[in-house]
Amino acid sequence: MASLKELKGRIGSVKSTQKITKAKQMVAAAKLRKAQAAAEAARPYAERLEGVMASLASKISISDSSPKLLAGTGKDDTHLLIVCNSDRGLAGAFNSNIVKAARIKAKKLEEDGKKVLFYLVGRKGRPVIKREYPNQIVKHFDTTGVKTAGFDEAKAIADEVMEMFEAGQFDVAHLFYSEFKSALVQDPVGRQIMPVAIDTQEAADTGAAVEYEPDEEEILAELLPRNVTTQIFGALLENNASEQGASMTAMDNATRNAGDLIDRLTIEYNRSRQAAITTELVEIISGAEAL
Amino acid sequence: MALHFELVTPEKLVRSEDVYMVQVPGSEGEFGVLEGHAPMMSTIRNGAVSIFASEGAEAEVIEIEGGFAEVNEKGLTILAERIAV
Repeated sequence: MASLKELKGRIGSVKSTQKITKAKQMVAAAKLRKAQAAAEAARPYAERLEGVMASLASKISISDSSPKLLAGTGKDDTHLLIVCNSDRGLAGAFNSNIVKAARIKAKKLEEDGKKVLFYLVGRKGRPVIKREYPNQIVKHFDTTGVKTAGFDEAKAIADEVMEMFEAGQFDVAHLFYSEFKSALVQDPVGRQIMPVAIDTQEAADTGAAVEYEPDEEEILAELLPRNVTTQIFGALLENNASEQGASMTAMDNATRNAGDLIDRLTIEYNRSRQAAITTELVEIISGAEAL
Repeated sequence: MALHFELVTPEKLVRSEDVYMVQVPGSEGEFGVLEGHAPMMSTIRNGAVSIFASEGAEAEVIEIEGGFAEVNEKGLTILAERIAV
């Protein structure tokens, strides 16, 4: 049985751990509100952009001259997986869930004989992917320098990815991030962003003659890159909100577990203290009786 | 007689209100949008959007950077890359 002093030390250390997890939980709760508001504020833009694109794409027939972002490169050999992670831990399974989703996709693509490349955003996903696919990481986009990744970062990522696309380094791009459902539920999702998959069925045919300035193709050519940026930006925001949500839940659990552990240790501590007192008493009494 | 006007940036919905007229810096020239404008779509260059809340009212000017404008039967929507504060 552990000595009293040892037990006391352990209780102390669990208590200080609990303080840390509790603080992190409260920080995450405060940040979550802000991150959630930001993620929600960004939705109208993405929705409208998508609507406009759908209505435009339904009016244009895909030909050889249409932009690559819409028509694709004509091949399906190399896939780029853009994996967005956070820079900080203490968020439960948040990062590993995203990486897992990306790995499943990568495995599937490789089984189909495709080449897979990775573009990583954020610090936390890097070691795992690097271990498994050491030579397939084309770029790691560092977000540790900024407090929260915003539109500028999204634009930088999008520009770089599009440059690679134009250079023919890959044919299809998938974006992996965690979708924010609630503080308790975050879903890792992966979806194709390049070439743009447009649901032309949804385009509302108003029947009215719309005037384009400049013409449709030029507008579309300007719109497509913007759509990629918006999607990445949306992913970063969703990720941020998800991270805080996951962190809050994980830290709440950790705090509760620490509490349970403290209770157990305290009981053990008291029990051994009583045992020590009883032994002492027995010793005194039997000593007195012997006289 | 009002034009429904929305100004959206990737960060947030900046404006959503009924106004009298909006002047938009289109990439092929400025144009004004009143209620009942024919449907159109245009890219925009960096410049100032002037919003007239009512006829003859003082214009409210918002500087925007890049993006495009769409006019449909519901009103005018400007998707701007960013707005200058």
